[in-house]
Amino acid sequence: MSKAKPTAWGLGLAVLILFPIIETNPAWTSIGVLTLMFMACTTSWNMFSGYSGYVSLGSAIFFGSGAYTMALVSTHAHMAGGAALFWLIPLAGLVAMVIAVPVGAIALRVRRHTFVVITIALFFVFQLLAINASFTGGAAGIYIPLIPWGASYYNVPFYYVALGMVIFATLLSAAVRRSRFGLQLLAIRDDEDRALGLGVRVTAVKLTGFTMSAFTFGMAGALYCMLQGQIYPQFVFDPTFDITVALMAFLGGFGTLLGPLLGGLILEASQQYLTQSFSNGSLYLILFGVLFLLVILFMPQGIVVAVSQWWNGRAQRRELKATRDPAAVGAHT
Amino acid sequence: MAALLEAKDVSRSFGGVHALAGCSLSVDKGSITGLIGPNGSGKTTMFNVMTGYVKPDKGTVSFDGHDVTNARPDKIFALGIGRTFQLTRIFARISVVENMLVATQRDESWLRGLTRSKSSKSELDAAMEWLDFVGLSRLASMPAGSLSYGQRKLLELAYVLVADPDVILLDEPAGGVNLTLINEISEKILALNKGGKTFLIVEHNMEFVMKICDKVTVMHQGCDLVTGTPAEVRANPAVLDAYLGSSDDEFDEEEDVSA
Repeated sequence: MSKAKPTAWGLGLAVLILFPIIETNPAWTSIGVLTLMFMACTTSWNMFSGYSGYVSLGSAIFFGSGAYTMALVSTHAHMAGGAALFWLIPLAGLVAMVIAVPVGAIALRVRRHTFVVITIALFFVFQLLAINASFTGGAAGIYIPLIPWGASYYNVPFYYVALGMVIFATLLSAAVRRSRFGLQLLAIRDDEDRALGLGVRVTAVKLTGFTMSAFTFGMAGALYCMLQGQIYPQFVFDPTFDITVALMAFLGGFGTLLGPLLGGLILEASQQYLTQSFSNGSLYLILFGVLFLLVILFMPQGIVVAVSQWWNGRAQRRELKATRDPAAVGAHT
Repeated sequence: MAALLEAKDVSRSFGGVHALAGCSLSVDKGSITGLIGPNGSGKTTMFNVMTGYVKPDKGTVSFDGHDVTNARPDKIFALGIGRTFQLTRIFARISVVENMLVATQRDESWLRGLTRSKSSKSELDAAMEWLDFVGLSRLASMPAGSLSYGQRKLLELAYVLVADPDVILLDEPAGGVNLTLINEISEKILALNKGGKTFLIVEHNMEFVMKICDKVTVMHQGCDLVTGTPAEVRANPAVLDAYLGSSDDEFDEEEDVSA
């Protein structure tokens, strides 16, 4: 088992690396980019919300802020459309982190359901700001410098940058889980007041986790802006983005490392496929509804936890059978 | 003996209810002090005030010369006051040993927590040592939520102990625990006290209190009624009147012992 895990992770990574080489159809690589983007976002969301139990439905604040950072900096600096724009992606992540500090300081004053509501409210503040402020271009949005890449090749650089984000978010999430900071987030999830009484600086720990999580969202927003070539407030400050990210984590396995990756992979890839395959763009919403009903009813802890419990149960049953069988044989003879 | 932990004239109201009304309490260094009183007399509120979970409306709390009246629970813990809760509070979804590791550093900056692994070898050894002390080391890798109520009480005691506090506040350590385990807990408290730990214990089990405490303070209606040795308290007519003598409280006591 100890060797199987790294092998499985390596195999998964190899498949992701090889995908755009094997499948060159732009329709598929486009699905690949968006899927990886959501996998990175969901992993990052889980790194705070999954570990601490603070379910945030305001992640689009950071996604949108990252997208606007890319759009505003590239247009105001008169940058040429091309690979140089990728350098703005870490900057967008940092801007998202800066914005996350006051947002977190406000939202993290409350807990549980109230926290969820506050993050939604703050999200709408940012959405309205993007629609109404003059510097954002309002509802007309912003066009960024045109990237002159051929259609067959266009998605590939985005794909590998998005893959880089997935690797970054996964390594960061794994590092957090192994750190004392990660243990403190888990303690906060289980009993925040008790953690406080055992010396955990809960306010600082929560705000740090919240801010760290915003970095990947900012980068993903910038990548999305660059990929689309233009942004509108309703597309980058989108409430369904918030819900989708949370649902992906719940589907895959809330608080686990693999779960958000799996949830992002399954949901975003299937959503994009269904949207492209059927003219009715809202069909996927009905299918998602059915899927989530099934998940909540039969696998409330997500796919990863359910499969892991089934696997462990199977191993235990086998062990039990192995210990019983010789006795049974002995009894007959 | 000098007072290590001292509350002076502490008052705290919740709406119209005066949970504490000018209550004073002192815990001598190296002692086992008992805090008893009928249900609703303010014992747990006093614990909450002393550990920063509740801010007093009036009065002061001092610990080893520091004024900790309005300090946060994490600061108070860092200074060396550890506590358990009446209803055990553990981290149910992480393992037993991870529960211990949460408490291994009393006063570490949050920034340091970001850059280090969740435990060093010495912290892990200390965690296992204390788990062994309370008899839970074989369950170290189990999720803490799978422990029984008595085991949770022991785990809570162990993770307070691993932080090496100077004074330990135990809120009903014998509540809901079987007689064998009560004896074990009292033996462990006495052993730790011999090693220099100071205890303040809220408990309804009179036999337990009278057996292990050096000094007992009786609370009644948010005030400290009497303080003295167990024998003095037992013989005090005011105490008998307020607590030990009433038929209702006898019933409570019996219920707690048998639980």
